[in-house]
Amino acid sequence: MRNFRLIGTVAHRLALLVYIAVALFPLYWLLKIAVTPDKLLYTEGVRLWPSHITWSHFRFVIENSDFPIFFRNSVIVSGSTAVVVTALSSLSGYALSRFSFRFKFWLVGLMLVTQMFPLVMLVAPIFKLLSPLGLTNSLTGLVIVYTAFNLPFATFLMQSFFDGIPKDLEEAAMIDGASQFTAFREIILPLTLPGIAATLGFVFTAAWSELLFALMLISGNDAATFPVGLLGFVSKFAVDFGQMMAAGVLALIPACIFFLLIQRYLVQGLTAGAVKG
Amino acid sequence: MASIDIAGITKNFGNIEVLHGIDLDIEDGEFIVLVGPSGCGKSTLLRMIAGLEEVSSGDITIAGRRVNDLAPRDRDIAMVFQSYALYPHMNVAGNMSYSLRLRRTAKDRIAQAVSGAAGKLGLEPLLDRRPKALSGGQRQRVAMGRAIVRQPKAFLFDEPLSNLDARLREQMRAEIKRLHAELGATSIYVTHDQIEAMTLADRIVAMQGGVVQQVGTPLDLYDRPANLFVAGFIGSPGMNFLPGRYDAAPGPAVILADGARIALPLDPGLAPGAEVTLGIRPEHVALGESGGMEAGVDLIEPTGLGIILHLSLQGVGLKAFTADRGVLNSGPSIRVSLPSAHLHLFDSAGNRVALR
Amino acid sequence: MTLAARPIEARPLMRRLAIAWEPYLYSAPTVILIVTVMLVPLVVGISYAFRDIQLLNPFSGGYVGLAHFRELWQDQAFFEALRNTVWWTGASVALQFFFGLILALLLNVPFAGRGLVQALVFLPWAVPSFLAGLNWAWLFNPVVGPLPHWLFALGILSSPENILSDPNLAMWGPIAANVWWGIPFFAITMLAAMQAIPADLYEAAAIDGAGPLQRFGSITLPFLAPTIAITVLLRTVWIANFADLIVVMTGGGPADRTQILASYIFTQAFKRLDFGYASAVSLVLLVLLLIYSLLIVALRQTVLNRS
Ligand SMILES: Nc1ncnc2c1ncn2[C@@H]1O[C@H](COP(=O)(O)OP(=O)(O)OP(=O)(O)O)[C@@H](O)[C@H]1O
Ligand SMILES: [Mg+2]
Repeated sequence: MRNFRLIGTVAHRLALLVYIAVALFPLYWLLKIAVTPDKLLYTEGVRLWPSHITWSHFRFVIENSDFPIFFRNSVIVSGSTAVVVTALSSLSGYALSRFSFRFKFWLVGLMLVTQMFPLVMLVAPIFKLLSPLGLTNSLTGLVIVYTAFNLPFATFLMQSFFDGIPKDLEEAAMIDGASQFTAFREIILPLTLPGIAATLGFVFTAAWSELLFALMLISGNDAATFPVGLLGFVSKFAVDFGQMMAAGVLALIPACIFFLLIQRYLVQGLTAGAVKG
Repeated sequence: MASIDIAGITKNFGNIEVLHGIDLDIEDGEFIVLVGPSGCGKSTLLRMIAGLEEVSSGDITIAGRRVNDLAPRDRDIAMVFQSYALYPHMNVAGNMSYSLRLRRTAKDRIAQAVSGAAGKLGLEPLLDRRPKALSGGQRQRVAMGRAIVRQPKAFLFDEPLSNLDARLREQMRAEIKRLHAELGATSIYVTHDQIEAMTLADRIVAMQGGVVQQVGTPLDLYDRPANLFVAGFIGSPGMNFLPGRYDAAPGPAVILADGARIALPLDPGLAPGAEVTLGIRPEHVALGESGGMEAGVDLIEPTGLGIILHLSLQGVGLKAFTADRGVLNSGPSIRVSLPSAHLHLFDSAGNRVALR
Repeated sequence: MTLAARPIEARPLMRRLAIAWEPYLYSAPTVILIVTVMLVPLVVGISYAFRDIQLLNPFSGGYVGLAHFRELWQDQAFFEALRNTVWWTGASVALQFFFGLILALLLNVPFAGRGLVQALVFLPWAVPSFLAGLNWAWLFNPVVGPLPHWLFALGILSSPENILSDPNLAMWGPIAANVWWGIPFFAITMLAAMQAIPADLYEAAAIDGAGPLQRFGSITLPFLAPTIAITVLLRTVWIANFADLIVVMTGGGPADRTQILASYIFTQAFKRLDFGYASAVSLVLLVLLLIYSLLIVALRQTVLNRS
């Protein structure tokens, strides 16, 4: 019986180790190639760690390429999208959580539908609609599109955070002399701060990853976001693996930071947008 | 401080009417307790007075001013919630002063008001703590402090003590009573607890199914319940009910199902043969006297304070309460009688028929 | 100390209006954005399906009726994409679900360091999809990646080639990337559902003499079933629409062998700038997804009616 248990425990830990290894291996490889000197790339083949390492790829990418611009563009787009979406979704999420109104059913229905249909089918019409407005090839255009795409999910997420705050608190505040909006601002919002941070993180991560619309809407380097820039670089300089992977590592950094930020709220986030990634 | 008049209030949630025309005049400084079974609309009525629920029809007047369409903040009332609803991100002082800060009261007056209220409730050492770091009783006190700090026209309480254990509840009950004596503020208090209702109330309002059944002093309701509902609801263990028929000759009496004849102290003026219900409180059932009727002893529950006996009187259950421990040794049956001075009589509609 | 009553007059009508309007004010910006940026283009896009819209052709724009759909009927690539979509979606969802469920079961056991382990195994979820695609494309590249060599050493490949350029194997590349990337999603969802199962149920079952497997079968699975059903169904739709990995890793090639409908739509719009045709394919995809959803709903009804 005891042996049986021990074997079970060992198997459990081993299985987890396999999962960890599989989860981390691609990222590890990314980092490994990024620090492998070019000349060792072909001679050393499939070694788990190069005989010596170099930071020159990173230096090149940061100093001599357009990646800093891409990075900045992506930060601007993802950051603005996250802020705008969080602000708007905290209002609409509050409405869903606290009011019952006739339009509510349709609002929820509308947002559920937007989560179900293939967004890729909007690529063409959105391009056609934005281009006469001068919003193609512009970061503002991307922010508008990303904001709309993320609002339904963020609204459901914020709603779930508001639902977790007892209604008594606002009622107490209103009796204490606050209007509904003051109660929202001074009592409910401060208590939702962790939820707001999580929403910021989810939306930032989503906007940071978006590829197809950025590819379609952006053509020059000036307004290219990181994915667009990286893909352009890959198709142009298909052999500079070290530099590509160094750029890849850079793209990974913000994603990892925000992952740490929202890790506690993964469950809530994934259930709020049960269909979203 | 103010009087509160409630006239013909109804409340609908969608198509369902949950309050059916409530009338209630509450005098300045009065302590009113609302009691009634779960779901009878006590909280709804309280929340309508507070302005948290819309009034479907009827009028609510506070200090002579119709408030139906006033927001809660403009009604100048305070409310203590069952959950306390303390603001988790403010410390005790912050919780207590929030209403004053919203009204842009001067800093020194806020400090004065907070320390005054804290003094009354023994909260001085806790002013810097967050609600999370308080015990249940302390939270309850803060909720009270938040209400009294701004000296509102009226206090509303929705089962404020129901989350406390029995001993703390007793202690806070006394404290509320003392505060009310001190502040003299008009108060409306919702509770399930009999003792709270009896000890705190100037007048009790007994409700059932969205209708007020009786309004009166605690002893009024105890001694002269207006109908079967109030008679059964007030008092613990509850009143015994014995169905029977009225008989006028030879003297006014009730004939129980098995034929036993219980004499009434006076003629209630009912038609002979009318169906009636006889009521008697357990503590008024006389035990072990010679005469009377033979009743089987089903169960004996000693409570320390006294003893509750579950009897069966010719097939009808009857509870008796006595402080006499002698009954512990009684055999399988005991003699009981129902003294006519303590009888209650209800007609076939369940309404009280005066016997005194 | 008395507080001066605030000089606010009762304005029933205004207050009623304000109360009635408040939720609309709060949700207005969201609704406006969703309608203008998603709903309007959706409708416009559907109209494109019946028009000749080519970005590079200034004379295009006229209505062509069902011409696109006739063309579609003849389009081998379209049917290939349809087949690939089913294959891609089925394999991805099945593998993600299988490995995700196992991971959730492993994580549902308390052990020291569980928080850290969770953070590590869930990390792929946070990797941007384009980077996941590139990363796996590189892993499959015999020049910089180890996978071809390992697969060769294991005898799975006859030579250390890039499977992404082998028409018969290429689809496995994006599927592998997708499984790696999507396991955390299923694991997180399942784990949350498992942790919502009351622990005393297991204790009661253990006292009644149920072994670990019986407990899994009689408690865990029935409790998870609704979550599993919903997650799998929604995820199926999502993955069918998920073109990023394919666009990044293979661009639909070689010879359209990895093209799925979503990536086909994107290629038509982005590479050939034929918005009309892209919209026609979109419409077909939309209808197929709608049929799928209705089938699911109908299935659910029959199952519910039977039990
Ligand atoms: N928001 C609401 N929507 C619909 N019905 C409601 C709502 N609030 C209360 N009710 C209904 O109104 C009735 C009265 O509820 P209320 O909360 O006033 O009862 P209560 O007397 O306070 O009960 P308790 O003693 O359990 O607190 C109940 O039947 C309840 O179901
Ligand atoms: Mg209540």
